[in-house]
Parts: sequence; C-alpha cells; structure tokens
Amino acid sequence: MIRKLLCGAGALGASLFVATAAWAQDAAAAAAPTVDKGDSAWMMTSTLLVLMMIVPGLALFYGGLARTKNMLSVMTQVGAVGALAMLVWVGWGYSMAFGNDFSGAFIKQFISNFDKAFLMGVKPDSTAATFSAGVAIPEYVFVCFQMTFAAITIALVLGSVVERMKFSAVMIFAVIWLTIVYFPIAHMVWAASGLFFGMGALDFAGGTVVHINSGVSALVACLMLGKRMGYPGEPMPPHSLTMTAIGTGLLWVGWFGFNAGSALEANGSAALAMMNTFVGTAAGGLAWMVAEKFAGHKGSALGFCSGIVVGLVAVTPAAGNSGPLGAIVLCTVAAFVCYFAVTKLKPKLGYDDALDTFGVHGVGGMVGALGTGIVYSAALGGPSGDSWMGMAAQLKVQFLTVGATIVWAAVGTAVAITVAKALTGLRVSPEVELEGLDIGEHGERAYNY
Amino acid sequence: MKFIIAIIKPFKLDEVREALGAIGVAGMTVSEVKGFGRQKGQTEIYRGAEYSTNMLPKVKLEIAASDALAPQVVEAIQQAASTDSIGDGKIFVLDLASATRIRTGETGDTAL
Repeated sequence: MIRKLLCGAGALGASLFVATAAWAQDAAAAAAPTVDKGDSAWMMTSTLLVLMMIVPGLALFYGGLARTKNMLSVMTQVGAVGALAMLVWVGWGYSMAFGNDFSGAFIKQFISNFDKAFLMGVKPDSTAATFSAGVAIPEYVFVCFQMTFAAITIALVLGSVVERMKFSAVMIFAVIWLTIVYFPIAHMVWAASGLFFGMGALDFAGGTVVHINSGVSALVACLMLGKRMGYPGEPMPPHSLTMTAIGTGLLWVGWFGFNAGSALEANGSAALAMMNTFVGTAAGGLAWMVAEKFAGHKGSALGFCSGIVVGLVAVTPAAGNSGPLGAIVLCTVAAFVCYFAVTKLKPKLGYDDALDTFGVHGVGGMVGALGTGIVYSAALGGPSGDSWMGMAAQLKVQFLTVGATIVWAAVGTAVAITVAKALTGLRVSPEVELEGLDIGEHGERAYNY
Repeated sequence: MKFIIAIIKPFKLDEVREALGAIGVAGMTVSEVKGFGRQKGQTEIYRGAEYSTNMLPKVKLEIAASDALAPQVVEAIQQAASTDSIGDGKIFVLDLASATRIRTGETGDTAL
C-alpha cells in the first residue's frame, strides 16, 4: 500500500497516517511531485524547534537535575554529542537510514546502502516524499529534520550516565551507538523497505526509534558503567529545579516540531499531532502530580515536569495516530506507570539511572508504543478504519516491534560501551568524580560568585 | 559591656531590627547560618528519593551593648522574634572585655 507510494523517493519520515490502495495507484501514475512552499516552511520551522529541544531544552532539563559540580559537563555532553550526531548523520547516517535500498532483499530491511554518504547526489531540487500523493518537500529539509532526531536521541541516552562518564568515552560511544543502533532502527521503523515498517508498525514521531531506543540503551549503559560514588546513600538532590522547569518548557514547545513536523506537511495530520501534543502532555503533567498525592506526598514541581515529559514521550508514537481523548487516556496511564518505575522500581532494583532516562523515556515509550496500537482504532476515536479485530492485529505488530527494538538497542549499547571502555577507560577517576566533572573534565565551574 | 548573640528565624529579622532600633541599639552584625536544635529538619522528595535535611536556615545577630542596655536588648529580641513555636531560636549573652572604634581609637561604651 503506502510502502510502494513512498519507495519512489526513497525517503519518508513517520508512519503511515491514512492510506488506501486506490490512493497509492494514483501516486504511481503521478508525474513529478510538487513542492509546496508552505510545507517546506513548516518543516524548516519544525527542524529548528527540534534543535531547540536539544540546546538549550534538554541541556537545561538534564543540567538542572544534576549536582552543581556537574552542571557544565551535562550541558557540554548534551551539546557535543548533538553536534557530533549532525556530522555523522551527513557522513553516513542519512544514507544508512534513508538512502537507496541494498539489492539484497534481506539486508535492505535493516539498513540502506551508502550511495548517499556525505549526501552524495542530493541537490537543491532533490525531493523527499510526504504522505500525500504527489506532494514532496526538498530532500535537504528532510535530511535536516531527521538529523535533529538522531541528535536528540543520543543526547537523551546520556541522562543515565552523567556525573561519572568520561567526555572522551561519551563521544566514542555516541559515534558507535548511532551507527549500530540508531540508524538501523530508524531505517527499520521509518524507511519504506524497513522491517517493522513492512509489518505495519505505527510510530508517528519516534516513540520506538527515539524513546524506547534511548531509554533501553540508557539502562544498559548505566548498568555497565556502574553507580555514582555514594549512590544511593548520599543525598543527590537536583541542583536547580528552576533550570529543569525552563528546560521542560522548551522541550514542550519544541516537541510541536517533533510531533506535528512528523506529518511532513502543514496539514490536518500535523494539526491532529499538534492537538494531541497539547492535551496528552497536559494530562501527563497533572497525572504525575495526582500519583504523588496517592503515594502520600505533596504534588511537586519536579513531579509536574516529569509528568510533562512522560506525556510528551507517550504521545509521540500516537500523535497523528490517535484522537485527543485517546491521547489523554494514554498519557495519563503512562504517567502512572512511569511514576511507579521511577519512584518504586528503580530503588528496588538499585540501578543508578541518574536522570531517569529509562524510567521516563524507556518505560513511557513502551506504554506509548503499545498504547498506540489501541488508541489508533476507530472504536476509540482514532484515525484508523479498523474494527476491534484490527486493533488486536495492530497490537501484535506493536509488541513485536517494541520487543525487537529492546533487544537490538541492548545488544548494540553493550557493544558500543565495551569499545568505549577499551579505548578510554569509560569512567573518570574517583578524584574527578568527587571534585565534579566540570573542573575535572572541562576545567571550568558553572557558577562563579 | 555585654556581647549578645541571637539565633532567630530569618523572617523575623525586620521585626527584631525595628524593636532594637526603638530601644537605641546603634548597630549589629547579621549573618545567614544553618543549624539545628529541638526543631526537626525538613524532608525533601525528588522523584521518590527522600532526603531529610537536619540543618535549617537561621539568622545570627551579633550585638555589643553596654551593661545597662543589655537586659533590654535580650528582652526586645525575645519578644520580637517569638512565634510561640519550636525553632524560634536562642539568645546568648557573653561578657565583653573591650571594644574599639577603628576610625577614632575610642574604647569602651563610647565605641559602641
């Protein structure tokens, strides 16, 4: 169906939204696609919104959660791996994820070939298909948009390993991880010839590719790296929830580029994603505070911020694949589940996921990805024409995709961390860890007064 | 001469200062300090991780006063700083051996 429609241009961003067989035939018959200036302008804007999510959004969100002595190292790591991801993306990432198909029927399900390395052959008049027949956007815009996704995903992973991992180890880990984990998963989920895309997996804006992927990788990475000195006995409260709250706001605003931009056009699908990114997120933020109340605590600022991010994560795969009511229910459930994962499961199991990347992005991503298979159904106000039976089939595909992504991300991360450890030693010395990575790794202090 | 050290709740500082001004205290030194006494600390919770802080923020006043004025100073601080709850603080009075005004070299009560 829509796979054929998108094959021609060899590029696409998110999962299918609405498609009919008749429509696909129209596309095959259509001549050169038209590039709409409105679509292009929206996609350029969306791309910059996603960049804003990384710097300063995620840098402040994560930085505020760290201790004073590690503020700069967190912000530097987030910014530096983001920049590195951009170079790697242009170098070989785009080609591996959205390039031309390998001739082998098996391998082309996992990666595409290297013909477009360093964007070879991409010209200002090259186009990338959207989800509407005969409508395209400039390929450079598509390359940039997807580039920001790769950049934020590797930056997200770092949340679990901050305050103790060497900067050099972070950079080496990032290059390997992007190459063996992110690019293949992005291809499998989003490219026309990808394995999960072929199965009909739904992932509107990256619940699987970005959030499950980064969350599971963060868990494996922090398990291999070990706990911070003094964890969990020593108090390690966030050094500035003000920064974290500012970061949360920037993430929320930026996420409209992430989700609504994943429609690849300025149309109704983007509008639906925008709607859901408002209400699903709002529900998540409030639900976390309600969960705190149920647990006998005060509704907290950090709880609100955490719930907002969980809402954003959970609504990501569902953004254009759910009605507003479905999104509200989905994000509420995700907030409760993530609250449990972060406040109960983590202390019980004892792993040191410092900034809760697994608890928020991994767990929230899984709830979102599986839940998308449910809220997609027309029976619950979703955009699919499917009945309840269709829902069961969709849910099975979602389960398979989530499971395979977990395994792939875990194995790939283990390899990447092992190589980084062999080359750099992975962890800073106890002296540097005590003194803080700002001074020890970067020779600066975040605050001088 | 007496040297009076008072530990009070931070939000009571302005009232105490006014009360001391009213009885003729001409100067004091104020610092932000942390400590604990009978009042328990607070519990802070960040994403389920509970930290109890046993040190609470207080304000420390240091005042030098003549023997005649000292009892009034203690009384003024006690009344102005009280909220009738634990954690209101304490007042300590020490004998003061000498006082010198650096600018003029005056000593004793005239230096205060």
